[in-house]
Amino acid sequence: MSVNTALDNKQLEKGDGKLTSNSNTQPLESNVNAPQKKVANEGVKISVKINNFLELIGFTWFIPIVKLLAGEEPVEQLKDILKVIGVPVLAMLIFIGFWDWGAAKIQTSLGAIPGPAAVWQETKSLAADHYKEKEKEVAFYKRQEVRNAKKLEKNPDAAIKIRDYTGKATYPQQIMTSLWTVFAGFVLASVVAIPLGVICGLSPAFNAAINPIIQIFKPVSPLAWLPIVTLIVSALYVVEGEATFSKSFLVSAITVTLCSLWPTLINTAVGVSTIDKDLMNVSKVLQLGWWKTVTKIVLPSALPLIFTGLRLSLGVGWMVLIAAEMLAQNPGLGKFVWDEFQNGSSQSLGKIMVAVFTIGIIGFMLDRIMLTLQKYFSYGDAM
Amino acid sequence: MKKHRTTLIKQNMRSRFKNCLAGLALTMAGSLTSAHAVDQLEKDELKFGFIKLTDMAPLAVAYEKGFFEDEGLYVTIEPQANWKVLLDRVIDGELDGAHMLAGQPLGATIGFGTKADIITAFSMDLNGNAITVSNDIWAEMKPNIPQDAAGKPVHPISATALKPVVDRYKSEGKPFNMGMVFPVSTHNYELRYWLAAGGIHPGYYSKTDITGQIDADALLSVTPPPQMPSTLEAGTIYGYCVGEPWNQQAVFKGIGVPVVTDYEIWKNNPEKVFGVSAAWAKENPNTHKAVIKALIRAAQWLDANNDANRPEAVKILAQSEYVGADYDVIANSMTGTFEYEKGDKRALPDFNVFYRYYATYPYYSDAIWYLTQMRRWGQITEEKSDQWFHEIAKKVYRPDIYLAAAKELLEEGKIAKKDMPWDTDGYRPPQTHFIDNISYDGRTPNAYLSKFNIGLKGNDIVQ
Repeated sequence: MSVNTALDNKQLEKGDGKLTSNSNTQPLESNVNAPQKKVANEGVKISVKINNFLELIGFTWFIPIVKLLAGEEPVEQLKDILKVIGVPVLAMLIFIGFWDWGAAKIQTSLGAIPGPAAVWQETKSLAADHYKEKEKEVAFYKRQEVRNAKKLEKNPDAAIKIRDYTGKATYPQQIMTSLWTVFAGFVLASVVAIPLGVICGLSPAFNAAINPIIQIFKPVSPLAWLPIVTLIVSALYVVEGEATFSKSFLVSAITVTLCSLWPTLINTAVGVSTIDKDLMNVSKVLQLGWWKTVTKIVLPSALPLIFTGLRLSLGVGWMVLIAAEMLAQNPGLGKFVWDEFQNGSSQSLGKIMVAVFTIGIIGFMLDRIMLTLQKYFSYGDAM
Repeated sequence: MKKHRTTLIKQNMRSRFKNCLAGLALTMAGSLTSAHAVDQLEKDELKFGFIKLTDMAPLAVAYEKGFFEDEGLYVTIEPQANWKVLLDRVIDGELDGAHMLAGQPLGATIGFGTKADIITAFSMDLNGNAITVSNDIWAEMKPNIPQDAAGKPVHPISATALKPVVDRYKSEGKPFNMGMVFPVSTHNYELRYWLAAGGIHPGYYSKTDITGQIDADALLSVTPPPQMPSTLEAGTIYGYCVGEPWNQQAVFKGIGVPVVTDYEIWKNNPEKVFGVSAAWAKENPNTHKAVIKALIRAAQWLDANNDANRPEAVKILAQSEYVGADYDVIANSMTGTFEYEKGDKRALPDFNVFYRYYATYPYYSDAIWYLTQMRRWGQITEEKSDQWFHEIAKKVYRPDIYLAAAKELLEEGKIAKKDMPWDTDGYRPPQTHFIDNISYDGRTPNAYLSKFNIGLKGNDIVQ
């Protein structure tokens, strides 16, 4: 099981790699084929640089546009554009068309399923809400200042403090809370998983010992962890006065950690255990210490797989977070969805759809960021 | 990340500085109304929880109309997933206080469910619940209900009209499922009261079986309020008892018919309370008093000038951070009317009472009524003396804190002397307005229990 995951990723990697080498050769060929285009040459150089970067971050569909702008083989590029941009855009339009047509046909107890127009409307209303709330916030601080000034007037020695705004969290703030929570959970998971994975990879005995535990806990849903985490956090996290972290935040973050631990752990273990024997022999010949072996040989060679694991972990973490927030009442996107579901107003479904798209787009962006890092560490030398 | 945060903080400080200047300028202009000198508050940043029901209105109003801030309190109000989560978060201190079911502080104190010392010094409202059945059940019930000259069903509708339907389900071996919101909720007791008054046994709890379905004709189970309409629609339950707006929601969506309101089951019954943990109240007496002051003013605002402020209140409640249902749905019950069968809208001026009839005073007799129902259905498994009922009520309901807050408001001229029952001993006079005409006197709980045909009394124990 564990090996499979890692292998799949390697395969993926190879697929990506192939693409890379293909598109890398193209600009070179065009250089050879058209040496007379001296003016375009400068542009081509820049375009190669830009394209390398675009590839690194995974936005390969921009490459033909950049090439076209640089004036390379317009006909070829237009064909490419049609293929890599035209087709997805067409598919997207068909999807939206189907959605619009299908949505109106389904009547729920909250009215019809919102179509694209209704969702766009709700997006705007959420933005408007945000600005309205900001205005209220300004008024809130103003009132507080007035009150404090009044207090000072009466008693110059009075202790004055400014309290944070007490109003509701707006949609962008909820997104930030979710990102912050998943980031905390993910970092915690990485801190635990990478060292454990390294030890697993280096010591077959340890690996055998810990493997059953991994296999049992890996498939556990966040919903099963949550009550346990809630109770443990409530029991252990007792703070006098103002707490640095709210319990709901800790519960959500730890649930994310528990669920996103495994891909990193497994991939690190596989990455470490499949290091070239020659490399390990070198370390033996040089009589490197354990610490040196790990930092100089093991980690650098396992890095590509570690990053594959991290990327998978972040994906899992983001999915888990939404469920965790719904139940732990952490004021992020998950709670937004749950609250809107409970509201049951005629706008609720539209707002939930906005959240669905937000979650999807952010998940996609997180994945791209991790992919970029992964590629950077995998092919760092080649570039 | 870190850099980003620092800039944020900087921006924040800058804007605060600006606000500070603006504030000073305002003060110099002297455009201030005099604020009451605030007692030393032990804690001024508070977080209160609520469930999305219209009877949380005093909290939303106290926030939106600035009554909390008038007392120097900076309150965040946060919706909770369900009653259990809400109670747990009050117990472990994540919430300073919350909109609670009247039975929750009592249930927690006597150890039914989570054991914890929770107290209340403020009753949030009277009435506000109703029982809704699905369209199919209503169609079967309707022939059993007498009609008036205009062909409309005569209210209040007794559960005797439902009994033949339940009997048919029973004879066919099908369970007759109904929903209520929590084992110690008002809705559970009201639904049981109504069913039992019509001869339908709602089932007992026992020491070992806390599903509350022993000997039951109708099987009651827990569904969170906002999910009631969808659960009814899915056919999992045939009827439910819940607060607003979830009965009117069923009418709007055309999936069910409210048959009886709790106003008709027991006229002006006490409903939600504002609960805090006993430890919190002990540590923060001045803060607690200030909170109660703000809530009393909010309740007063809600009922002022014959409910003149209700449309504005509905607008506040319809915001997504509070109840969040559509304006029309909330307005249906909050503005003095109630729609039963679609189109059958009747005047019900007292369906939601927040202030008049001494609605906010925490009467011992209200607490004892809930305790009697806990005993009646076996949540209190053994016989208890009248003395025990009085002691628990006095431990949980705290009119002393309430009256201290009210007294300050009176001195500040914010409430009228006639608004409060200053001299009451905490027991309402015997109440007679029940659907089964049994009168209730909070001073003699065991005698009250012995009047019911269905229900535990004396030394009965469910085996």
